[in-house]
Amino acid sequence: MLKKTPLNAVHKQARARMVDFGGWEMPVQYRGVIEEHLAVRNAAGLFDVSHMGEIKVSGPGALAFIQELATNDASTLENGQVQYSALCYPHGGVVDDVTLYRFDAEHYLFCVNASNTDKDFTWMEEVLADGDFPGVALHNVSDDFAQLALQGPAAEAILARITDTALTAIGYYRFYEGLVAGVPTIISRTGYTGEDGFELYFAADAAEEVWNALMEAGADDGLMPVGLGARDTLRLEMKYALYGHELSTEITPLEAGLGWITKLDKPSFVGREALLKLKEAGVPRRLVGFAMTEPGIPRADYPVFADGRQVGVVTSGTMSPSLRHGIGLALVETACAAIGTPLQIGIRARQVGAKVEKTPFVKK
Amino acid sequence: MEFPEDLKFTEEHEWVLVEHGMATVGITDFAQDALGDVVFVELPEVGTVLETGKSFGVVESVKAVSDVYAPVSGEVIEINEELPDTPELVNTSPYEDGWMLKIKLADNAELDDLMDADAYQAFVEEEG
Repeated sequence: MLKKTPLNAVHKQARARMVDFGGWEMPVQYRGVIEEHLAVRNAAGLFDVSHMGEIKVSGPGALAFIQELATNDASTLENGQVQYSALCYPHGGVVDDVTLYRFDAEHYLFCVNASNTDKDFTWMEEVLADGDFPGVALHNVSDDFAQLALQGPAAEAILARITDTALTAIGYYRFYEGLVAGVPTIISRTGYTGEDGFELYFAADAAEEVWNALMEAGADDGLMPVGLGARDTLRLEMKYALYGHELSTEITPLEAGLGWITKLDKPSFVGREALLKLKEAGVPRRLVGFAMTEPGIPRADYPVFADGRQVGVVTSGTMSPSLRHGIGLALVETACAAIGTPLQIGIRARQVGAKVEKTPFVKK
Repeated sequence: MEFPEDLKFTEEHEWVLVEHGMATVGITDFAQDALGDVVFVELPEVGTVLETGKSFGVVESVKAVSDVYAPVSGEVIEINEELPDTPELVNTSPYEDGWMLKIKLADNAELDDLMDADAYQAFVEEEG
């Protein structure tokens, strides 16, 4: 039985094509992936991301626990600030990539990948039990929240019509608790598209109300509902990692280009020793962005060659709706990771030309 | 959804138009709609001999790669040269401008195994 978000009926009414995404029945497209993608780049798009998980960490020991659990340095967070971070296993592989919200010194919220929610919660309980963190409470509050992402250059203007919150005062990776269409909402200036925009968290039973209010507020700006298809092409153009592709239990954050959220100078966190060793020995493979130089579309798991030898594998690929040619991400031997390096992608029986490209692919 | 009366259809959602011993082949309106935005089409070279039911090329949407299967056997005598640069013709005109290739029919009897428009429509409604 597939899980459903509170907006399931709304999507079906909008004639979205529904798919099984990690056990959730989700809209993959409404009118077409390319049209939806370009709406986000040029105007605005509204995504139902209620499948994402939310886990609350509270109590006097919350920060100490989070510092051990996650790779980034949560001690630098101020109230109302968001941080991108990762949870690692002791061997350095990734449990999940997450965003962390700080409400105050004793109240934090993790937003985690939908299909990892139960695994993450179990892992957090394990880390909590293994360490000495008195006064920490963990709550999986995923079912309490609906989450919408409003993304695109028109996002702020649209949201401003149905909130009194001074949106211009909310900086990138900052959030504010206000009202949206009269509904108490965490208004977070974050996203997964590379565009300006907001992620909105509010009570699950208000989902239809807020969705409809936003669609109405954005009608004149070309706001479109956007499915998971365009969510994937938008994040790929920005080289944002997707768990299960660029990150997994077998891929470390150092390989995936997430050294910037892996604070090895913190005294301790789960996975630190393994990652330090990996760094000292030299990270053997790197995540690169590449563009096709010949016709063809790269896809996950296609082999990557250089000088006739396999040097890696594609983790994600697509036709870029913005650039109109094939782009992809690949884990390749470090020697082949320099920008401009010629690669060949194994597409069916052929090796098709590509080269390592500067990322993000689309400059914002 | 269109089901032109003059065409024959396969269960893999290809269509065939037979004229003067020659079969023009493409994918159906139902197939293009299910695929979504077509962004890449790979076709065999002229002269390739196709075998019924075997994959002769691929159609890629933004999200997925799909094989296309030969509805009849025979030699490819022409391919649609427009498709590499304008694969979206498969979406906008699946039965006309989005045609894929022309085959010199090896065995007319094979046409009897294909569905007519009514049978294909019933098949699609049952599947969908």
